[in-house]
Amino acid sequence: MSILITPETKIIIQGITGEFGARHARLSLDYGTQVVAGVTPGKGGQTFEHAGKSVPIFSSVADAVAATGATVSVIFVPPPFAADAILECVDAKVELAVAITEGIPVRDMVRVKRAMEGSSTRLVGPNCPGLVSPGEGEDSSGGCRIGIAPGYIHKKGHVGVVSRSGTLTYEAVYQLTVKDIGQSTCVGIGGDPVNGTSHLDVIKLFNEDPDTHGIILIGEIGGNAEVEAARWIKENCTKPVAGFIAGATAPPGRRMGHAGAIVGGAEDTAEAKIAVFKECGIEVADTPSDMADALLRSAKAKGVTLS
Amino acid sequence: MNIHEYQAKQLFEEYGIPCPKGSATSSSEEFESCIDSLGEGLVVVKSQIHAGGRGKGTFTDGFKGGVKLAKTKEEAIEYANKMLGNTLVTIQTGEAGRKVQTVYFTEGADIEKEYYLAVLLDRATSRPVVVASTEGGMDIETVAEETPDKIFKVFVDPAYGLADFQLRELVTKLGLNKVESKNAAKLIRNLYTMFCEKDADMIEVNPLITTSTGEVLALDAKVSFDSNALYRHPEIVALRDLNEEDPKEIEASKFGLSYIALDGTIACLVNGAGLAMSTMDIIKHYGGSPANFLDVGGGATKEQVVAAFKIILGDPNVKGIFVNIFGGIMDCDVIANGIVEAVKEVGLKLPLVVRLEGNNVKAGKATLAGSGLTIVSGDSMADAAQKIVDLVA
Repeated sequence: MSILITPETKIIIQGITGEFGARHARLSLDYGTQVVAGVTPGKGGQTFEHAGKSVPIFSSVADAVAATGATVSVIFVPPPFAADAILECVDAKVELAVAITEGIPVRDMVRVKRAMEGSSTRLVGPNCPGLVSPGEGEDSSGGCRIGIAPGYIHKKGHVGVVSRSGTLTYEAVYQLTVKDIGQSTCVGIGGDPVNGTSHLDVIKLFNEDPDTHGIILIGEIGGNAEVEAARWIKENCTKPVAGFIAGATAPPGRRMGHAGAIVGGAEDTAEAKIAVFKECGIEVADTPSDMADALLRSAKAKGVTLS
Repeated sequence: MNIHEYQAKQLFEEYGIPCPKGSATSSSEEFESCIDSLGEGLVVVKSQIHAGGRGKGTFTDGFKGGVKLAKTKEEAIEYANKMLGNTLVTIQTGEAGRKVQTVYFTEGADIEKEYYLAVLLDRATSRPVVVASTEGGMDIETVAEETPDKIFKVFVDPAYGLADFQLRELVTKLGLNKVESKNAAKLIRNLYTMFCEKDADMIEVNPLITTSTGEVLALDAKVSFDSNALYRHPEIVALRDLNEEDPKEIEASKFGLSYIALDGTIACLVNGAGLAMSTMDIIKHYGGSPANFLDVGGGATKEQVVAAFKIILGDPNVKGIFVNIFGGIMDCDVIANGIVEAVKEVGLKLPLVVRLEGNNVKAGKATLAGSGLTIVSGDSMADAAQKIVDLVA
């Protein structure tokens, strides 16, 4: 098993006819993911063709859901229209909306998040790489790839990975895979200051998932989401957890690429977050090269088998 | 994106946020007319740079104070002449300081008491928050540490907006009298409206003051905007002052590169913000110092890699380069070719360590090895970081 998505999950791609969306639609289809519909307003009735597969395009998410029974939608819509695209998922009662889009204004996300309170839709992102639950096939194909992560670096297994950053997630996944340690699900929650699913939300899901035996928690400077997750882990999580925080050398007050990666005070520095991790029993990776090894150390100490 | 105080005050005026009358200029010939446009009495002369701590700053020629109170017009002109074109060093500018290119004159205010006021995003609740304190004119972080009970916060429901009862509670906590309360509530409401309508990141008024007649005025103004929302605010983009930005950062932004200059010796070129930050960290971990943050993005092109190399090499402190690419989707060989072309085009006398991993990595490594260039290959981030640190040591 895995969290949030399985190889059977049916997904919609909003923005499938744009360059970015189309490219990743093809990669997901190649990976074996059940891409059952595309959505582009005004292009309903057309199809998206790739490698002998024909994906129907609808003009609205509601139409796509009604026709295909899809439960997840991934959003590749440009920033000015992305907030609307997320709300369209909420209206269509999509279970999971994954917003890949980078550069959505904060005010739009503040309003979207408020509008989503009490709704049945979960949001992952925005400004995130998406999710992967690796499959059984060659190079982990046959799994569910939602977003922009490279599918082939994964391996089906029992480690959950949660991170704000794309490439840093791939780094962790790759370290695990070359050590022959597979992953249950890898979740990129995104680098924006206002996002949907938090580190803690994902940690709770991993903790409840019997198929996830260990967790890598990757964070960065800015905000207190990692600290919130760490405190919960200390009280509630018995699984081995390794952690890494990026941005120890970042100057205060500067945004380091991600809109949310900014040191605002004494509590959201890498140093402060690492101190909380240690206090909460999380095995801290000294460098990003040490993430898989850190998890192995934690697993050994707790007598847990990861592979 | 940041703007100057005098620009922020112009926006305040549009939104009905009272502040002392002021006038700004970049020309010493206009000092007199600027001062003449103000009322009689004291004149405050304020250096305009995008950094805090101006009042306690020192100019590189030894002149003290980036903000001065003048009793006469002559005195104000004298101060302004010392500020304009001079370089001001404050706790926020770093040693190099910032050149003052604009001077702002304002009327002196009759200060009864100083307060602190700000509107910003609260990340924990994903809501805007109004922060106010009775301890004005001080560093708010110090107040938060020493007397947290003197800071009051109002979290705003974005679906409803700032409610009247919240304003009433806030001005009561600040201990304002009836007249002051009415004026402050109006000012705070207008400030919140500006925060929303202009997609501000943060608006900070420190100090906010009351006068002996119960007026409430914004004496200072620090405003920054959400870069993601600038597409819908051409009027804000027009306020951008390129003099306040690092020329290398401006150049990088033209190529869609995210670059931030630091003061170390090892330049980094990385794809992805998280990986770029942790590349800086791993350099430090092995005893080196990063010269910059540079994220070439997920789909870097050859042109971007060439531009990135030129920007990196434009920093005279750089003694070595560390390229760290995890090519998930992008082809490592395309990146390798970009690196080889860039090195050939810009010429390279510094040590270069490249760590490539991911899609088509074998071909990429072969391209680097067969290029005839002196490129050191790193197997992992740790291995590559140690190599570049050793090479520049």
